[in-house]
Amino acid sequence: MATETADTPSAPQPVSTASAVSSAAAASDAIERRAVVKRWLLSAPALVVIIGCGLMPLLIIFAYSWTKPAEYAGVIWHFQPDAWINVLFQEDLFSDALSPNWAYYSIYLRSILIALQTTMLALIIGFPTAYFIATREERSRNAWLFLITIPFWSNLLIRIYAIMMIIRDEGYLNHALLAIGAIDQPLPIIFTNYALSYGLIYAYLPLMVLPLYASLEKLDFRLVEAGYDLYASRFKVLWHVIIPLVKPGIVAGSILVFIPAIGDYIIAQILGGGKRMMLGNLIAQQFGTARNWPQGSALALTLMAVVMLALVFYATKSQRKRAA
Amino acid sequence: MTAVADTRRGRPGPRPVAAAARPKGRRFDVKTLPGFAVMAWFCVVALYTPIAVLVAYSFNDNNTVVIWTQFSVRWYGIALNDEEIRDAALLSLKVAFLASLFATTFATMAAIATTRVPNYRGLTFIYAIINQPLMVPEIVTGIATIVFFGLIRQATGIYGIGYLITAHIVFCIPFAYLPIRARLEDMDRTFENAAADLYASPWQAFRHVTFPLLVPGILGGGMLAFLVSLDDVVISVLVAGPGETTLPLYVVSQIKRGITPELNAMASMFLCASAILATLFFLLTRRKAK
Amino acid sequence: MRLQDGAELTGLPAVEAKNVTKTFGAGPDAVVALDNVSVTIGQNEFFTLLGPSGCGKTTLLRLTAGFEMPTAGSILLEGHEVAHLPPFKRPVNTVFQSYALFPHLTVAQNIGFGLKMLGRKRKVIDEAVTEMLKLVRMEPMRNRKVHQLSGGQQQRVALARALAPQPKVLLLDEPLSALDLKLRKEMQIELKRLQHETGITFIFVTHDQEEALTMSDRVAVMSRGKILQIGTPTEIYEHPVDRFVADFIGETNFIEAEVTQRIGNKGEIRLPSGIEVPRELGQHVAVGGKVTLAIRPERIDLVRPGADCHLAGKVENIVYFGTDTHFHIDLDSGGDVTVRVQNRRGHQDVLKMGDAVGLRIAPEAMQVLKD
Repeated sequence: MATETADTPSAPQPVSTASAVSSAAAASDAIERRAVVKRWLLSAPALVVIIGCGLMPLLIIFAYSWTKPAEYAGVIWHFQPDAWINVLFQEDLFSDALSPNWAYYSIYLRSILIALQTTMLALIIGFPTAYFIATREERSRNAWLFLITIPFWSNLLIRIYAIMMIIRDEGYLNHALLAIGAIDQPLPIIFTNYALSYGLIYAYLPLMVLPLYASLEKLDFRLVEAGYDLYASRFKVLWHVIIPLVKPGIVAGSILVFIPAIGDYIIAQILGGGKRMMLGNLIAQQFGTARNWPQGSALALTLMAVVMLALVFYATKSQRKRAA
Repeated sequence: MTAVADTRRGRPGPRPVAAAARPKGRRFDVKTLPGFAVMAWFCVVALYTPIAVLVAYSFNDNNTVVIWTQFSVRWYGIALNDEEIRDAALLSLKVAFLASLFATTFATMAAIATTRVPNYRGLTFIYAIINQPLMVPEIVTGIATIVFFGLIRQATGIYGIGYLITAHIVFCIPFAYLPIRARLEDMDRTFENAAADLYASPWQAFRHVTFPLLVPGILGGGMLAFLVSLDDVVISVLVAGPGETTLPLYVVSQIKRGITPELNAMASMFLCASAILATLFFLLTRRKAK
Repeated sequence: MRLQDGAELTGLPAVEAKNVTKTFGAGPDAVVALDNVSVTIGQNEFFTLLGPSGCGKTTLLRLTAGFEMPTAGSILLEGHEVAHLPPFKRPVNTVFQSYALFPHLTVAQNIGFGLKMLGRKRKVIDEAVTEMLKLVRMEPMRNRKVHQLSGGQQQRVALARALAPQPKVLLLDEPLSALDLKLRKEMQIELKRLQHETGITFIFVTHDQEEALTMSDRVAVMSRGKILQIGTPTEIYEHPVDRFVADFIGETNFIEAEVTQRIGNKGEIRLPSGIEVPRELGQHVAVGGKVTLAIRPERIDLVRPGADCHLAGKVENIVYFGTDTHFHIDLDSGGDVTVRVQNRRGHQDVLKMGDAVGLRIAPEAMQVLKD
């Protein structure tokens, strides 16, 4: 039965206790260090690509934001903080006095308000939906989740295009309404704030439903039973028992909707038609017709700062939950 | 007597007088809340209606898009024969394929390096970097990228589709990474231990045990990356050079030029393709029932 | 060479652990899984590591396999230091508690895995696989996938897989814990047979003392990172060295006694009833000191109360077990003992609750414990 097996280990080593301790510890350290190096090497390509083409560009536009705009495109490498000042203030052409930059403010306000509005509506629609799915039987649950998720992964552009086709002046909705005589003039739905809101909710609703569902699925309904047992009506149970227990899901879903909504560019362009400018459109404009790259850079970084703030807020909230 | 009879029939306890107020034979369901079912159905209907309308009208024979005359598939034929559409579709597929290939490879390597390992210095850093593209709004990434690539073009004089593909790789990596990581986390480390016990070197263990078991995750990640690249609008709009028209870019330009029926048909096909890919992804990465 | 318990060994020991310590974590949260443990395991032995969970037996096994490295000390395989070698460089194979059969491979591919990794030729692997399948009696399952097998079948495939590369040592990590009672008993016999047939050193980890006693050539009883006693099943059972070992293995009665005389190794102890008995004593007890005696329930005879017995008491409870009957006796001198009487002539209704009885114990059955 004796055949060769693995390589037989090398010659025996001295077995005094002291050297045994140090050699054992040293050997395991060395192996651990080699393992860490190997992991860094494995991650290297992904890191190089993302740092090189993801983070570097951000650093560059940060640098650009402090320069002067060039004639057509690009910048002149001359220090000029105007772009940053213009984020909040505008200079009077003649007197150099600073006054609030109302034009920009309205855009900021619209962006934030619409993003908040989108989040709220997504919550109002998404919460019951997620709740309903979470309380279905095991088998139909997967079917429901599938139904909700597939549109989300389908092309966003096409879905917005579909909405546009329906609500524009020559669109299906107006055409049908005109045909049955309910209205004489096409309803101006497209290019309004409503259209924009509708588009945003339509696009990002699944991002609210899924985290909510994840939280609701883990809900212990015995607590809800206890609530009913203690004389709470259905509404009170919802408000005082269910919602507090599902808070992590609510926060996660809200962040996931708020962030793309506030940074939106394409939906505002198609459904807003450039008349309802969001921050995203303003930024793109700086790199297009306005030819003010430093300004665009400064605004872009401001947007990024707002988004980062929201993320940090979320991260600290969930940390505190874990600590509690 | 009545109480006993009721319990025998399976109803909880004797019937109180107020039972008349409850729906006959139904227990108080802790889980239902009023109006929620309606909202859920409404939600699904609202999600699918625009899509349904779009697809329905793509079969409209009439060439003014809105008035329905009769059922026809001729716009599909025209769309499929349109050279611009074909070129755009091919380009989209090419970019998506290359981007997802690289992104999935890099993501797999990174996932292996960062999952199921004891915490080491820099692990959080790596994880944060890999997910960074998800945290920055697309418009910001887009303009930063054109600026950066513009500088590189100036410096090296190199042009070409490589820039667009690279930009796609960047945001595809996190999308490929997450499903692969999830699959890896589900894997019991004991398998690799068993392989090592049976004389497999780390590379052999990976090749014969880890990798085969990881394949569904890798396929899922690759599919997601492919899908995300195919669907990308904002970054492509900004970064693509002249003549680099992907399918979404074609749609955007057509919207400006004017809606045509073959655009409808093409849009429907594109939508279906995305939906099919998404379904495949859903099936591939479904967690096994416990 | 001689082992700790004095047994003779021929040739180099299969496995030797010298002053092995393993600590997990650092600082105040550090866990010492093994505390300066030394053990020598001979060739062709069925050696069992026995102890409650957390005692370090699995850690010692993993150190031998190579999945952990010792914080201090050395591990030797046939005299060669291996502590720094990864598992795939050690001629040692493991049967895991969860079996860890590769789900994407068939039974035959699983069994042949080790040989494939070692680079053996296809024909050699096929022959080995056939031989292994015959050994564990799983020939018809050759091309099945793992999930199609029952628990007991998976266990046998795991065994075959670990035996196929003909390792010097086979490590078994509580392999029978997932099986039902009947299957367990069958597999215990099976494992013993396999060890005899293959001549490979088996190191078996379990918390089931009955398993350890029935299967092993020698047993190491462990607790809290230390080895308390190594010996054959007989030695462990009949001469436990301390309270933990006596209590962990089988049932034991503990009686306090006082040392009245002492000359060299021999002395006299006084039982609570006043009777004095000559016993061998270790170094640590002085005259006037107290010792604990461990007495197995089946070594006590029940006799009529009166003289010529070592202890006396009253029957407090009688429990009938079919094969034997347990009598719980309240001792006159305080405390209680359990006496086990085999029902060789069927159930005898001689004693009733409350009856007075005498207990006679052979002096050799009174094991003096270390503490």
